[in-house]
Amino acid sequence: MKMKTLVSAIALTGATLIALPSLAADTIKVGVLHSLSGTMAISESTLKDTVLMLIKEQNAKGGLLGKKLVPVVVDPASNWPLFAEKARELISKDHVSVIFGCWTSVSRKSVLPVLEELNGLMFYPVQFEGEESSKNIFYTGAAPNQQAIPAVNYLINDLGVKRFVLAGTDYVYPRTTNKILEAYLKSKGIPAKDIMVNYTPFGQSDWQSIVSQIKQFGSQGVKTAVISTINGDANVPFYKELANQGISSEDIPVVAFSVGEQELSGIDTKPLVGHLAAWNYFESVDTPENEKFIKEWKAYKHDPNAVTNDPMEATYIGFNMWVDAVKKAGTTNVDAVEKAMIGQKFPNLTGGMAVMGKNHYLSKPVLIGEIQDDGQFETVWQTDKTVPGDAWSNYLPSSKNIIADWTSPINCGHYNTVTKQCSGGN
Amino acid sequence: MRHLLAFFCCLFGLLAPLAQGAESDTTANQPPANIAPLVLDLTQAKLNKLLPILKQLEAVSDESMVPLFHAMMNGDLYFIKANRQLVVATEESGQRLYKGLYSHAMMPSISEDDLKKIRVNNRLRGYLRNAIARVHLTAASPDVREAAVRELLAHLDKDTITTLERLYPNEPNKKVKETMGLALAMNTASQTNLPDSTRIAAIDRLSTSLENDVRNTLTTLTYQDNPAIKSAAQTALKHIAQRVERFNFLNQLFFGLSLGSVLLLASIGLAITFGVMGVINMAHGEMIMLGAYTTYVVQLMMPNYIDYSIWVAIPAAFLVSGSVGVLIERLVIRHLHGRPLETLLATFGISLILQQLVRTIFSPLNRQVSSPSWMSGSWEINPVFSLTLNRLYILAFSLLVFLVLVMVLKKTSLGLNVRAVSQNRNMAKAMGVRTAWVDAMTFGLGSGIAGIAGVALSQLTNVGPNLGQDYIINSFMVVVFGGVGNLLGTLVAAFSLGIATKFLEPITGAVLSAILVLVFIILFIQKRPKGLFPQKGRAAE
Repeated sequence: MKMKTLVSAIALTGATLIALPSLAADTIKVGVLHSLSGTMAISESTLKDTVLMLIKEQNAKGGLLGKKLVPVVVDPASNWPLFAEKARELISKDHVSVIFGCWTSVSRKSVLPVLEELNGLMFYPVQFEGEESSKNIFYTGAAPNQQAIPAVNYLINDLGVKRFVLAGTDYVYPRTTNKILEAYLKSKGIPAKDIMVNYTPFGQSDWQSIVSQIKQFGSQGVKTAVISTINGDANVPFYKELANQGISSEDIPVVAFSVGEQELSGIDTKPLVGHLAAWNYFESVDTPENEKFIKEWKAYKHDPNAVTNDPMEATYIGFNMWVDAVKKAGTTNVDAVEKAMIGQKFPNLTGGMAVMGKNHYLSKPVLIGEIQDDGQFETVWQTDKTVPGDAWSNYLPSSKNIIADWTSPINCGHYNTVTKQCSGGN
Repeated sequence: MRHLLAFFCCLFGLLAPLAQGAESDTTANQPPANIAPLVLDLTQAKLNKLLPILKQLEAVSDESMVPLFHAMMNGDLYFIKANRQLVVATEESGQRLYKGLYSHAMMPSISEDDLKKIRVNNRLRGYLRNAIARVHLTAASPDVREAAVRELLAHLDKDTITTLERLYPNEPNKKVKETMGLALAMNTASQTNLPDSTRIAAIDRLSTSLENDVRNTLTTLTYQDNPAIKSAAQTALKHIAQRVERFNFLNQLFFGLSLGSVLLLASIGLAITFGVMGVINMAHGEMIMLGAYTTYVVQLMMPNYIDYSIWVAIPAAFLVSGSVGVLIERLVIRHLHGRPLETLLATFGISLILQQLVRTIFSPLNRQVSSPSWMSGSWEINPVFSLTLNRLYILAFSLLVFLVLVMVLKKTSLGLNVRAVSQNRNMAKAMGVRTAWVDAMTFGLGSGIAGIAGVALSQLTNVGPNLGQDYIINSFMVVVFGGVGNLLGTLVAAFSLGIATKFLEPITGAVLSAILVLVFIILFIQKRPKGLFPQKGRAAE
């Protein structure tokens, strides 16, 4: 009898102890929805650590609205449908106030209906193809007009490039980006015969004939460049083959949109030196904010060789804007925060101010860098001002007249400026 | 007092050489006085202001500039923050060391924190390359001279032409003279103030060359108004295009053979385990992966001998993959004999376990395997046709492995036993062959060869946990297409699939060509289920 009471007493205290933190009203929960296993783990786990570091710092500063931030980390395992399930779990079971998550466009597309149904809030930190704007998502990565279009302008104006190879991996981001780029190049007076489009499967490793095709295309007496949306693993053999066939970055430069510091760490960068990448952030940019961020990151990871990259900066800006918006709204209520987010300003790590637009896209500076032999980028060109993100590309006939504006009176993610009609949520 | 004086004398006597030593250390690394201010500018200017400084440097100095330009072009040029002296980074036995640019003395006390890099971009690199070439025009070695002329073909400005015209008559080496003549002809052909006949003669001279820059010059000539020049240039281009076409065909063929050799290496081990033993081994790709990781580990263990590490890696990979193969056979496959579906599932499970094991030990990130220096670069036969050395070696290597394997099966007692067991297990057993032992050895041999394939593949593609998965489908395709149980069939199938893929790729694109090849094989197997070279006689049953 006595024994039984003791056991039940222990059980009871145990239960209250476990229940206490979740019941307590003095915490704010932050959901982290990044793959920690599977193929995307390489890239996404870094972003999970970034969010955790930012939460830790915010708590050290006294939390938010006098409450402590508590991270809720889930693992969607690079499995797209699982992203939707985990998002549902985060919102309806864990009652998180905000989610930081997703990398691939397909995972974001799978989470989107859940967010809209349950009125959740998510920050998406990766460069992508645009053509979307949801009331419940803030896009802190680059839209095509903040990465691809400025890179093409740089090639045309500064390097005098007149022939273009659009090489990409065969999936949605490269296909949409290349469609926009092709339309843009044609609007710039580049004839169709001077544009070569090439798609390869994921993980392509035998680049011989494609590189030789590029070489031939590039030896017609006019300056040629490759715009690469080649993804992940396939890049290393691609650059190796370019070097093997004697194509240097001075002959045919390659501008990549998916190669960053993280991808370059741990590979032999010799064949890549001099090729270009376009991003909104480089670790090598010399500003006091960036220096502080890199120092904190290395200390947090306990690794002096840890590198920072563009999606990390996007996460950093998104997180800090959310903190400021919550402070401004005085609550974590999604609708109030969403209103407070628009027009939020926060300093970029590379200088200047990032501003959240009415279409939920950020204004960001665009940088073009040359790959160095230490795996870092040397900035060779950058925009004078920040570039506002364009949700619906002006260069595609289907989205030419479409805008996104989440302020009244429009309040719509897909608003046709000609017919003055709002169709669908995104 | 005297003592004190003597002491001071002594002290000075001791200190003087020391001070002198320190001084000479810094003075020796000073640039010549006439360029010192420019060199100082070099360490202070912004990236976009560097080009004029370099041009001034080239103008005031001679070949003494080459080491500076060379180091800068390669991104090895740094300066010491404290005194703005230039140093060059060098790599010695895996360690980063710094050397005074002018003193040529090692500076062991300098570390990365004391230095700042002199930055360089593509435009500067291009300029530096040309500047070095201009100096090298008068170099002692004819090879260096020829490379310099070829480098300058794309940038023939007035000064370069004047220099070439001066050097051309006295050039002793025939090959260099020919290239110089080509450069001069390119210049003559583009001069609009010269008479047409001279220019057409120059264009005729150009039509024998395959140089890319020559073709560029001719293409721009076809846009000109002068009809005689225009048609001459067009004829010359047509002539060149015909030859280029021929070499392109050879190029495609080489690409195909190279892909074929990779397929052959990847599938030859499977041809033994699946073809001869009849075991569907889904973990075959992971045997390749283990071989690639063995190469990586061997390189880690001998960082100073990367060039030789591959000779250690080949037997090491054979042993590692081979023994894992024997283990799998002994522990799993042996118990599932005659049950293909269970074998398939079990080996698939093993492949997942091996992948995860590698992820846990080596991290999910790809590992970097460096190529030995003798395998990098290419063998340039002419400007439009060159063979990359690593692929050439791998092609030869795959044929060698194939030959050795055929010899093992034909000439050794193990080979005899393997053939006996695969043809009639019970009869072989009755004759006293230890079938269990033969099974294990055969499986080990097939896996070991997959490991060797991994060594070769580590030179071409990423070494990561998914390496094996990328090749398993192709390997099965090759073995089935060639005919199960027939090594020669595997050889023919690998090369014909490789060549077909590479000839299709430029026409249809990489995605569609892979699909087309797969569709072709499915149709072919429908028509001839036993592949290209079906086994005949009683062994076929």
